[in-house]
Amino acid sequence: MPGILSLITFSPLIGVAGILALLLLGQPEDARTVNRAKWIALLTTLATLALSVLLVVQFDPTTADFQFVEERPWFAGLHYRMGVDGISVLFVLLTAFLMPLCIAASWNSIQTRVLEYLAAFLMLETLVIGVFCALDIVLFYLFFEFGLAPMFLIIGVWGGQRRVYAAFKFFLYTLLGSVLMLAAILAMINISGTASVPELMAYGFAPEIQTWLWLAFFASFAVKMPMWPVHTWLPDAHVEAPTAGSVILAGILLKMGGYGFMRFSLPMFPNASEMFTPLVFALSVIAVVYTSLVAFRQLDIKKLIAYSSVAHMGFVTMGIFSGNAQGEQGALYQMISHGVIAGALFLCVGVIYDRMHTREIAFYGGLVNRMPWYAAVFLVFTMGNVGLPGTSGFPGEVLTMTGAYQVSTWTAIVAASGVILSAVYMLTMYRNVVFGEMTNPKLMTINDLEFREVMIFAPLIVSTLVLGFYPAAIFDITQTSVDHLVATYRAATGG
Amino acid sequence: MTFTADLGLTYPELILAGGALLLLVWGAFQPRANAAVGYAAMAVLAAGAAAAAFSPFGRAFSGGFISDAAATFAKVAIYLASAVAIPLGQQWFARRGVRNFEFPVLIVIAALGMGMMASSGDLISLYVGLELHSLALYVLAAMKRDDAKSSEAGLKYFVLGSLASGLLLYGASLVYGFAGSTVYSDIAVAVQDGAGTGVLFGLVFLICGLAFKVSAAPFHMWTPDVYEGAPTPVVAFFAAAPKLATMVLFARVLSEGFTGAVEQWQQVLVAIALISVAVGAFAGLAQKNLKRLWAYSSIANVGYAILGLAAGDAQGVQAMLVFMILYMIDVTGFFACLAALSREGRAMETLDDVAGLFRERPGIAMAMTVFSLSALGLPPFAGFWGKYYVFKAAIDAGFVLPAVAAFVGSVVAAFYYLRLFKVMWFDPAPGRTDPPPGEARVVAISLALFSFPVVLVAMTWLDPLAATAAAALRLQ
Repeated sequence: MPGILSLITFSPLIGVAGILALLLLGQPEDARTVNRAKWIALLTTLATLALSVLLVVQFDPTTADFQFVEERPWFAGLHYRMGVDGISVLFVLLTAFLMPLCIAASWNSIQTRVLEYLAAFLMLETLVIGVFCALDIVLFYLFFEFGLAPMFLIIGVWGGQRRVYAAFKFFLYTLLGSVLMLAAILAMINISGTASVPELMAYGFAPEIQTWLWLAFFASFAVKMPMWPVHTWLPDAHVEAPTAGSVILAGILLKMGGYGFMRFSLPMFPNASEMFTPLVFALSVIAVVYTSLVAFRQLDIKKLIAYSSVAHMGFVTMGIFSGNAQGEQGALYQMISHGVIAGALFLCVGVIYDRMHTREIAFYGGLVNRMPWYAAVFLVFTMGNVGLPGTSGFPGEVLTMTGAYQVSTWTAIVAASGVILSAVYMLTMYRNVVFGEMTNPKLMTINDLEFREVMIFAPLIVSTLVLGFYPAAIFDITQTSVDHLVATYRAATGG
Repeated sequence: MTFTADLGLTYPELILAGGALLLLVWGAFQPRANAAVGYAAMAVLAAGAAAAAFSPFGRAFSGGFISDAAATFAKVAIYLASAVAIPLGQQWFARRGVRNFEFPVLIVIAALGMGMMASSGDLISLYVGLELHSLALYVLAAMKRDDAKSSEAGLKYFVLGSLASGLLLYGASLVYGFAGSTVYSDIAVAVQDGAGTGVLFGLVFLICGLAFKVSAAPFHMWTPDVYEGAPTPVVAFFAAAPKLATMVLFARVLSEGFTGAVEQWQQVLVAIALISVAVGAFAGLAQKNLKRLWAYSSIANVGYAILGLAAGDAQGVQAMLVFMILYMIDVTGFFACLAALSREGRAMETLDDVAGLFRERPGIAMAMTVFSLSALGLPPFAGFWGKYYVFKAAIDAGFVLPAVAAFVGSVVAAFYYLRLFKVMWFDPAPGRTDPPPGEARVVAISLALFSFPVVLVAMTWLDPLAATAAAALRLQ
């Protein structure tokens, strides 16, 4: 089905157009207009989801080539070029899957400027999907960077107390990383004479140039990922973002960094990747251990989950740079699974935040008495984040460690402590929030999940468990592409 | 070539010169025909643009006047940008009780001078064109006679502009003395193996004078004061078209006259470019007045344009042209927004004034947001493409470190654009704004739509047009 990628990428814009029309027709604060806009947004995202499911169903997992390729010349040697392979196709689905949930989660919690909020979200969906589909390196950069603007708005307009600080930090950190990447992109076009991603993958840059290009790309992806020590924007941005903003941030935007490493750094600069592997391993291990310890000391639930995300991304970078099939598969798996679980955890926080308007761990306690269903749901995702076998968190961690073990035993051993540490902070947090006596009198009237929230959590629980018990659902799709990636990487590095 | 044949190349200039004189007489004898004079001036500029677009190519008046693809490209852009400034200014002045027909006439005269600059083939016509447009601009800056700040701006601009003209003339005389001619093509022969000390000395003075006119650092001191004091629609005009004209002139002098000395002027330009980017980025951080802020932004942006030129090849010139066209869109649009805004009759010129604008005037606020993000260089807005071309040209020419430094400068500058964005969207509004006048709103919103998303299509024809124009300048 030709053109399906463009259709998926730009279909959210139809919703944006509808909402803008409502905005221009006047009375944007009117309850009926707001309701209409919400339904427009929800239906648009659901339509995008349906198209993405169709995409995955039609996807041919037996080839490592790019599929559904669209190509049209643009100007100055640039092309509008889209396509997916086994590495990117699932990210498209993940994005399309999380978006309707975000819209549903914001149904009542966003009270001001709802129309603009929804428009920003739909805009973001287009840009994120575009990042995963773009096969022209400049087109990729367009989507990659433009996403900063709606995210800046989402954090800055609808965020918490220190939202402005967080929004600026988020924007400037990522911008600094990206302009260095743009410089590298221009240099690559200059050297190779093409902006096409498949051609650049096959080009083979000279090893000494690879080093510089790799560093420039690393500056951008490491910030996006985020890796220690450039991760400090993330907790600020997360804490201040509205619930749905956090879901998108953790669930999808962070994956752009990992995706970037797999799509650009590894295949295009294999020698530099191999050379810098010890650096990446060191940073990953520090991220895993250090941010886990930091997470343990957090008083704010959201901040705790944010730090835990940094730790989990440490596993991902470790897996990617092991350069073997286990590592890559594990990293991909970990990213998809983390997208679901971290998203769900932020939604869990959102549930109690909507009711009590605080995220302080000390405020809560004994929620299980009033909210048994909530306690059960929260438990599933807590266990998922810990990496309990049977949840989707498990295969990713195991595989990334297996992959890293073959390259550097010590890295894998130290990283393994992260699994224990994640159990420590997650379970402590869970105990303090859900179990124990209900001592805070304000909690006496808190209500359990409502129907809308159940509907949001149901698909997340299903996917967490299904992926936990049947990981082949993902591996079958990614395998050929990952094998190809590993084979070319091995060939280039002589390993 | 005969005199009549020479004249055949100058139809755009003849139309503008004749039109300006007629309008002047009309306005003087019919004081109440203000609006009509304005529309007529727009028609004259449009006719000039059409004549420029279909002008035959060639050299006239012993090489002193050149009509080629570069001149055509620049003239069409300059005339159209000038025409846009007229409705902006007329309604603005009318609402402030300044009724003078001279405004559109001066714009036409300035446009004539700018066209001359783009077509100049020797140092004399260069100077004539430059002075013609500068004098018109000095008067325009002081247009609001009863306003002390406007008069101050005009005076400052005049005194410092004269100084720059002096530098330029001094440089021109040195070049003439050592190279033996004022015609670019003859100079090129004299410096084909690199410029000797005397010519080089003159060249540096020439570059300084031109850098002054485009407000590149370290010759930028006048810019913030003049931008702040001059009437907003006048700023919308002279922040855009004159910069393009001077940059084209810059490119033409350097590429036609001093091709042999590329390696010598490249380093000067790189230095000017980087200083401009740094000054624009860091000094802009401290500004509270939006006109001053955009003055610093224009300093930084001219730095990028000069960086493109510094590449020293046709690709660099093309990058500079694309950059300037897209920058003109942003800067005109932004000042059109400012011209449209007022609160209880008082102009809104500071950051605090535009707080909460998105609630009050979503259309104008959206447009200003687009212009800010575009000037920031966020893809896929127009400003990004300008920077993309410039950096690509710089990197292709081997200026990797300067390009990276300029990139980092753009991140610093991002802070103040973001602050503007933040103030408009996040902060509460202090009071109600007056309804924006129609012309300014139309100009602002259509330019914003060009900046995004029309630019994504427009690049497909802007790219080859700029390439043809750059090729005409015959740099390798």
